[in-house]
Amino acid sequence: MIVWRWIRAFLRFWVDFLIGDDWTVAAAIALALLGTWGLVQASVPAWWLLPLVVIAGTALSLRRTAAKERG
Amino acid sequence: MNWGVFVSSFLAATIEVIEMVAIVVAVGVTRSWRASLTGAGGALVVLAVLIVVFGTALQGVPLKPIRLVVGALLLAFGSQWLRKGIFRVARDGWALGIGEEEVEEGVASGFDWPGFVLSFKGVSLEGVEVAVIVVAFGAAAGAIGSATAGAAASVIVVGAAGLTSYRVVARVPRRGLQLFVGAMLTTFGTFWASEGLSVHWPGDELALVWLGALYAAAALGLVRLVSGWRRQEEALLGGASR
Repeated sequence: MIVWRWIRAFLRFWVDFLIGDDWTVAAAIALALLGTWGLVQASVPAWWLLPLVVIAGTALSLRRTAAKERG
Repeated sequence: MNWGVFVSSFLAATIEVIEMVAIVVAVGVTRSWRASLTGAGGALVVLAVLIVVFGTALQGVPLKPIRLVVGALLLAFGSQWLRKGIFRVARDGWALGIGEEEVEEGVASGFDWPGFVLSFKGVSLEGVEVAVIVVAFGAAAGAIGSATAGAAASVIVVGAAGLTSYRVVARVPRRGLQLFVGAMLTTFGTFWASEGLSVHWPGDELALVWLGALYAAAALGLVRLVSGWRRQEEALLGGASR
């Protein structure tokens, strides 16, 4: 029982750490990492993709949060 | 003492040590010094064991997968902080000062494990890189002692600078601090994760500077944007209620 509680707490910790309260940003980052890998494999400059996705993903997430707050 | 190896090792290690100290100070000021220093100490112990066990074989450690994993984790966490920081500043302003509010609402009263993990990962990744620099410079010139002394001097000098700077950092209003620490963690995460995928950054390590400036500028722009959305909405609600 205690072990099960520890496992659940451990999993909850990593979910909070990685995903937090908006899973879409984490998902966008994961996809951007995949896209970056693809561009590198195709010998295309890829440094721009991750910053672009992080900034755009943050803006969209903030838009949703602001809308949600207004109810 | 081989002074050429000492200076080369000092300068090369300084770049990595600055990144290491920046993360430890940022996590300490914004979350918990206890967790941050315990994480850094734990990472240094693990590093010492790795160096004793593997010695010169450390030159063969594949850094790219480590950079990718650590970078992706920092990026995921840093982007959450950045988003929360932007939203709180847009909603409540910059004015709140030290001790008036916990930066991270989720920081529990017990041990701060996320702070520990952030500090541990930052120090262990950069520490492995410093160890590789020492082994590479030292083994190439047959002067491991000089290379180790150069890296140790770098840790002492940059560590002392970090201890001095934390008082300045601690004066920044806490909401603003969360926003800028989020931008900094996001910067390191973006840089390391991309390097782990063999991305070539314009300016190499200097990309950390322009990337940090880019995220900070984007954050400030988003603060204005979110404030504008909120004002628009308040005006609409005010008009509807009249």
